[in-house]
Amino acid sequence: MTEVLPKDTIRCDACPVLCYIKLGQTGACDRYANFNGRLVRVDPHILLDRAKSQGAPLVPFLEREGEWDGALMKSKDTFVTAIGAGTTYPDYKPAPFIISSEVEGVDMVTVVTEGIFSYCGVKLKIDTDRHLGPERNLVRAQGEPVGHVTTAEYGSQMLSIGGVHHLTGGTKNEGRVTCETLLYLCNGKEVALTIDDGAQITVAAGKAPVVNGQAEERMRVGCGSATIGMFAKLWFGKVDEVVVVDDHITGVLSEHQAGKMLGVRETGIAIQGRRSTAGRYFQVAQPGTGWGGTNISDPLSILKPFKPKIAWPRLRLLMVSTTGEHFAYYELNESLRPVEKQLPEQLQESVARIRENCEPALTTVLFMAGAGGSLRAGATENPVKLTDSVKHRLTRVTSGGAPAYVWPGGGITFMVDVSRMPEDAFGYVPTPALVAPIEFTLKKTDYAAIGGHMDYVRPLDDVLREKQHQRQLVSLPENPWPLKPDTEGDSRK
Amino acid sequence: MRERATIRFLPDGHRLHLNDGPIDLILDADGHQAEIRRAYLAAAARFVTILEELCAELPLLRRRATHSAELPVSPIARRMADAVTPYCNQCFITPMAAVAGAVADAVLATMTEVACLRRAYVNNGGDIALHLAASENYTIGMVERPERPSLFGTLKVSSGSPVRGVATSGWRGRSFSLGIADAVTVLAETAAQADAAATIIANAVDLPSHPAVLRIPAREIAPDSDLLNLPVTRGVGPLSAAEIVRALKAGQSVADELRSRNLIHAAALCLQGRVRITRNCRDGIRSLTCHSELSTEPAFRSTIEEHLCQK
Repeated sequence: MTEVLPKDTIRCDACPVLCYIKLGQTGACDRYANFNGRLVRVDPHILLDRAKSQGAPLVPFLEREGEWDGALMKSKDTFVTAIGAGTTYPDYKPAPFIISSEVEGVDMVTVVTEGIFSYCGVKLKIDTDRHLGPERNLVRAQGEPVGHVTTAEYGSQMLSIGGVHHLTGGTKNEGRVTCETLLYLCNGKEVALTIDDGAQITVAAGKAPVVNGQAEERMRVGCGSATIGMFAKLWFGKVDEVVVVDDHITGVLSEHQAGKMLGVRETGIAIQGRRSTAGRYFQVAQPGTGWGGTNISDPLSILKPFKPKIAWPRLRLLMVSTTGEHFAYYELNESLRPVEKQLPEQLQESVARIRENCEPALTTVLFMAGAGGSLRAGATENPVKLTDSVKHRLTRVTSGGAPAYVWPGGGITFMVDVSRMPEDAFGYVPTPALVAPIEFTLKKTDYAAIGGHMDYVRPLDDVLREKQHQRQLVSLPENPWPLKPDTEGDSRK
Repeated sequence: MRERATIRFLPDGHRLHLNDGPIDLILDADGHQAEIRRAYLAAAARFVTILEELCAELPLLRRRATHSAELPVSPIARRMADAVTPYCNQCFITPMAAVAGAVADAVLATMTEVACLRRAYVNNGGDIALHLAASENYTIGMVERPERPSLFGTLKVSSGSPVRGVATSGWRGRSFSLGIADAVTVLAETAAQADAAATIIANAVDLPSHPAVLRIPAREIAPDSDLLNLPVTRGVGPLSAAEIVRALKAGQSVADELRSRNLIHAAALCLQGRVRITRNCRDGIRSLTCHSELSTEPAFRSTIEEHLCQK
């Protein structure tokens, strides 16, 4: 049934108030307006301004609110993000903004919407060798389970936080705390987490992790064995034996292939733990937050007595962790027991070299979510066509203008580095679920071919004219320009 | 389930911004971190059902209030009806005149029920519900022109006073006004009462049939307005000093009457740069003080910014 409305009046269906709005007026919310007979949203809405040059300063978001004149801005250098764009409600409506613009002679369309994600979470990569907790153990925030420890990566511990089971599958409080934790992590804020039978950590995207109250500074350069291989030459002739203590593989210079090649003499050293191959030992100690990600605070505890037939008094021994953070220097006494001495100057360089080769330890946060059928229906009448178009790389997916990696296979499951997105790009609804921006950019001809809502496509200039509720930011220089027709490579060249 | 409300922290990481359709709230609370969290969570949980509740009874809430009118069912709608009923004999008023204040009161009540807070406020587009523990106070800035960051005065509400609601009405605001006041700010025991009274007083600041005042039937602007075809103010030309005083006096006499009926505690009326304040405020309320410049006190500033960004 079609309602008969007075001339120039439209009925807003953005919320249950269902306002009648006359031409040029706004509804009760002051957010939706009747603009030339069309319902438009006039909320603060984030636009990205293309960084002018490759060398744009890394002050990522220069806010020019209030002094911006949309007319002066070159529209081709503007990308409308989904941050603040609003969502589709009810779900069968076209996305809030479907914008056409011409880029390098090609007509492009960007479908802009904020998605409400129950199927979402973050993967935390925490650059530390310290043992955070056994794999599969629960990660808790405010006592509530919000995730778990997952497979460790090279030099990093990995946590999986969020997901539909914590958001909606547990108690109400578990859902709320999970949602809050995700929101904080995604918006770059600090979160305190505890791991069952493990560490207490404080993490925030792009910052050094704090493990049991201690800030992590550096990532290890390699395992203990690799460290021996890399720095053997620096040690040769300056010290008789080096042990690089590591939770994974502890390396011993005199037994290691690199030491043998240089002609390092046997020392009669004996190491706790399981010998793997020459000069490489597994499980020298339990995992922990001490030396090299082990639980030891006294490195001598991993040594058995030196073999008296081989070792000699005044034998020089360096023990060092894989990050160079921990080190100790010993000389054997007459009874072949190590006695700690000050690190000789000639060895300080090698320890410093290990340290400088370790990159700054960071926590990085990847947001991961799946765009459901209803969100996709906001882009096209036939949601699967959007999926196909993304798979065939005809459609680019961005989140707040940041590039998203789309996981192969069915659906549109994407990952994005939250630190490449504008600040406070995420919101939440108390369902609980996260609100995240998502934009689909494709050629106009391709958009028509997948059954796009062509009647709702608006020129970019038209959107920019509603400038009073828009906020303009400068795009991050490391992000490819989302509107560039070619999907490969950096766009600003 | 409807999933449209958005709830986020403002960039300061402390104040919470809740939006659902035309409802737009900013909350702040002082106290222990855990208590604040509990209060915010409760507020968020309460918030998401409010719009549906009110919309379910919208036709009733848009009808003129009378003593014999059918009472709405939902608690917030009931607060709205209660707040406007005292005026139903003297003028046309609908429960919608108290909607913003009633929502602010309800969300604040939810917060203080579950959490022990030193101070808290719920600011619903300038209609503010306050919570103050013993010996706490808030300083609130008053703005006459929503688009201009200047104050026509400040007011201080302390725990000893019975005031827990502040509301502002005027023809420049988001809601329609029948009068010509730029802004009328009212202090009352609840935000709903302040909201309704601010509407009544702002309507009374008027110069009937003055040629400099542009009035348009409400439904010509908003076809579903609860004000039917009453003429609402859409523009006011420059007025002489005598006219300004006359209009303000008309408003002030209504404000004084409401004060004597214990419906409000104080009011400040503002028209074209002139301000009038209800006489002899009660104990516990610091009288409204007028400033021509912005104060630099931080609490004060943030309230103003909120007030502005809401408009």
